[in-house]
Amino acid sequence: MGAGMNRTWLLWLPLAVVAFIGGLAIYGLVVPKDDMVHSAMVGRKLPEFALPPATVGVAGLSNRDLADGKPRLLNIFASWCIPCKAEAPYLEALKKSGAEIDAIAIRDKPEDVAAFLAEFGNPFRRIGSDNEMAVQLKLGSSGVPETYVIGGDGTILYQHIGDIRAEHVPMLLEKLREAQ
Amino acid sequence: MIAETGLAALWLAAAMALLQLVGGLTLLRGEGKLTPLIKPAALVQGALCVVSFASLMWLFYVTDLSVLLVASNSHIDKPLIFKLAGTWGNHEGSMLLWVSVLSLSGAAIALLEKRIDTRTLNATLAVQAFVALGFFAFLLFSSNPFERLVPAPVEGAGLNPLLQDIGLAFHPPTLYIGYVGLSVAFSFAVAAMLTGQVGPAFARAMRPWVLGAWIFLTVGITAGSYWAYYELGWGGWWFWDPVENASLMPWLAATALLHSVSVLATRNALRAWTIMLALVAFAMSMAGTFLVRSGILTSVHAFAVDPERGSFILALMLMYTSLAFLVFATRIGTVKQGEPFQIVSREGGIVANNIFLSVILAIVLIGTLYPLAAETMGDKISVGPPYFNKATAPIALLLMVALLLGPMLRWRRDELKRHKYWLVGFFAISLWTGVAIWRFVPGVGVFPILGLALSLALAIAAWVPLKGRKLLRTPLPVFGMVVAHFGLAVSVFGMAAESGFSRETLTALAPGESAKVADWQVKLDDVRPVVGDNWVAIEGQLIARNGDKKFILRPQSRQFYRPEQQTSEAALLTRWNGQLYAVIAQPDENGDGRWQVRLWWKPFVTFIWFGGLLVALGGAISLLGRMFRRPKKPAVNKWAQA
Repeated sequence: MGAGMNRTWLLWLPLAVVAFIGGLAIYGLVVPKDDMVHSAMVGRKLPEFALPPATVGVAGLSNRDLADGKPRLLNIFASWCIPCKAEAPYLEALKKSGAEIDAIAIRDKPEDVAAFLAEFGNPFRRIGSDNEMAVQLKLGSSGVPETYVIGGDGTILYQHIGDIRAEHVPMLLEKLREAQ
Repeated sequence: MIAETGLAALWLAAAMALLQLVGGLTLLRGEGKLTPLIKPAALVQGALCVVSFASLMWLFYVTDLSVLLVASNSHIDKPLIFKLAGTWGNHEGSMLLWVSVLSLSGAAIALLEKRIDTRTLNATLAVQAFVALGFFAFLLFSSNPFERLVPAPVEGAGLNPLLQDIGLAFHPPTLYIGYVGLSVAFSFAVAAMLTGQVGPAFARAMRPWVLGAWIFLTVGITAGSYWAYYELGWGGWWFWDPVENASLMPWLAATALLHSVSVLATRNALRAWTIMLALVAFAMSMAGTFLVRSGILTSVHAFAVDPERGSFILALMLMYTSLAFLVFATRIGTVKQGEPFQIVSREGGIVANNIFLSVILAIVLIGTLYPLAAETMGDKISVGPPYFNKATAPIALLLMVALLLGPMLRWRRDELKRHKYWLVGFFAISLWTGVAIWRFVPGVGVFPILGLALSLALAIAAWVPLKGRKLLRTPLPVFGMVVAHFGLAVSVFGMAAESGFSRETLTALAPGESAKVADWQVKLDDVRPVVGDNWVAIEGQLIARNGDKKFILRPQSRQFYRPEQQTSEAALLTRWNGQLYAVIAQPDENGDGRWQVRLWWKPFVTFIWFGGLLVALGGAISLLGRMFRRPKKPAVNKWAQA
C-alpha cells in the first residue's frame, strides 16, 4: 500500500478523479437541464399503423396517408387534455398559413372529440383514434399534446413536445418549408 | 435584535476562523507569533457559532415572521416541535447547522486532544478553520439565514408536510453531524501530511472522531431508511436515489477508514491508504451536500434548488478536495512505508474489507454520476435499483465471507489451518441453510438465499473473537466490534428475507370486502374522514386476521393545507417475524365505491433497522472504550480493534 518509485503516478490518481467529477458537476450546473424525453424515432420512417376515425365526419389515419409526397404536421391530442385546448388557436393559425395537419386522438370517445372540435374548431384533415396508445408509443411520444413534422416520404423530421405557442408557429412553418 | 445578534456572531466566528488560518500559515515556516492564538480562536469560534445557531432557533421558537427564513418555512399554527425542527429543515438553517458543527468539532479538538504533538494539533485546527471559512463565506454571502423581510407577513408559508414528522426532524442533523465529523478526520490527515507525522499517534487521535462520525452516519442512514419506508408509502426501504447514495458513500468510506485506521494505530501499516480514505470520506460528505443542494441530479428529495448556491458549494468542494489531494500527491511520498504483514493476517482481512468497501463505493459513485456523464454525450439515462442491486450484492456478500474469518485472525501473520474447524463449520451452516431454502421455498433468487445463508453464519462468527477471553477483562472495543458485526448479520438477514420473501397485493375494496396477502386475511371494515392539526384525511379501518388473531390497521390518505400536498400515511402492524404494511389511496374518478388498498407482508423487515442500530451501538461501545480507557501497557494494544 506504500508508494514505490514506479507507482508515484498513482498518487495523482485521486486528484485526476476529483478533476473529472468536478468537470461533470460543472457541466451539470452550466448546461440547462432539459427534462423532455425526445423520441428515438426522429429521422426514421413512420411505423406501420391504420387507425379508425376518431369521430363521425372525419377520416381515420394510416401511415400511408402521411407519405403521399407532401410534408405535414401530425398532432397528438386528446379532448380531455387542457394544453390541447390552449394550442387550438395556433393550430388554426398554422392551417391558415397553409400547413396541412393530421391528428391522432388518444384514449378518447367519439362524442368528446366531436364536442372538442365544435368548441375549438377543426384544423385537421384526418383524425385517427388511438384508444390503446399503441401508435403513440410506436411514435415515441410520451404525452399530449405533441406535434411531429412528417416529410413527404413519411419520415419523422421533428418532434415538438408540449403545447404549441405563438412563438412556435413560424418555427413549425419553417420546418415544413425545409421539408419540401 | 436577536436576528442581528446571530448575524454578528456569525461574522465574528468567520473572523476567528480567518485568524486560525493565518496562524496556521505562519506555522508552515516554523513557529509564528500567531501560533499561540490558534487554540483560543478555535474555542471562541465554536462559542460564537453556538450563539448564532441558538439565535436562529429562538427566532423559529417565537415565529418571528419579520425574518425571511422563518416566514417562508414556518407557520404560527405549526406544532412547537416542528417549529424548532424548522430551524434546520431548510437550506440556510441546515448550512448554519453544518458550519456550527464544524466549528464545535474544532473547539472540541482544541479542548480535548492531548495525544498528538502541538504542531500537528495547531495545523489540524488551521485546516479545520480553513474548511469552516469557506462555509462561513457561503452563509454570509449567498445564504444569510438572518435576512429580514419587509413587510412581515401575518402567518408564514409552512413546512413541507412530508417533513412534519418527528423522525425526519432529527434525521438531517444526525447525518450532518456525521458528515461534518468526517471533516475532523480530513483536517487531521492534511495536517499530519504537512507536518510529516503520519503514524500510530496520529491514528489514535483521529480514530475516536472517525468512530463518532461513523456512528451518527449509521444512525442517520438507518433512520432515514425507516422514514422513507413508512412515510413515503412505497413499501421499499432503499431506493438508490442520488440523495440516499450521497449519504451511503461517506458511510462506506468511513467504514473502510474506521478499519484501516486501526491497522495504522496498532501496527503502523497502511499509512498512505488511511490518509487517502480520510480525504475521500470528507470529499464524499461534501459531494453529498453538493448533490443535495445543487439539483444537478434529479431526485425524490426535492430541495429548494438554486444553481448559484450549487456553484458556490461546488467551488468550495473542488477547492478543498483538490488542495487536499495535491498535498497528498506531493507529500505522501515522504511518508515512509509502513510495517509489512502477511496476506493471511488481521491486516490482510482488513485490507480485504477495505477493497470490497471501496469497490462498492466505486459502484455507487459510478451509478450516481453516470446519468450526468451520459448527458454530456447527449444521452438521457437513469440508473436505478437493477444496476445497484446486481452490482453491489455480490461484493457485499464477498465482504461478508471475509468478515466470517477476518476478526479471528492474528495480527502480522496467521495460518488458515489454525481455524479450519471454524471454516468448515461456517461453510456447513451456510450450505445447509442455502440448500434448505432452495429446496423447500421455490422461486427465491440467488442473492436472498446467499444473504440468508451467510448472515446466519456471520451471526455466529461475530461472537468468536470473545472465545477464550476473560469477559470482564476484555477491552470494550472488542465488545463493540462483536456487537457491530453481529448487527450487520441481523441487518443483512432482514434485507435478504425482505427481498426474497415479501408478498404484495394491490386491490380495490368496497367496505366489507376482503383481500389476502401471505397468511393474512385483510377486510376493509370502514372508511371515514378524520381531521388533524393542519390536515384532513380519509382513514380506512382494516381488520387483519392471521389464524384466530385479529388486528386493526388504520392507513390514511392525508390532504395537507399550507402548503397543499397529499401524502399517504401507511399503517404498519409489527409482529416478531415481520410487518404487515397497508396503504389506502383516494378513490379513482369512476367512483364505484371502492378504495384502492395496497398490502404487503414483509418478513423480518424490521431486522434491517434493528441490525443497523446494533451496528451503531457497537460503534458507541467501542467509542466509550476509546474515550475512557485506563492507561495500559503497550502490549495490550495488539488486541485493540476498531
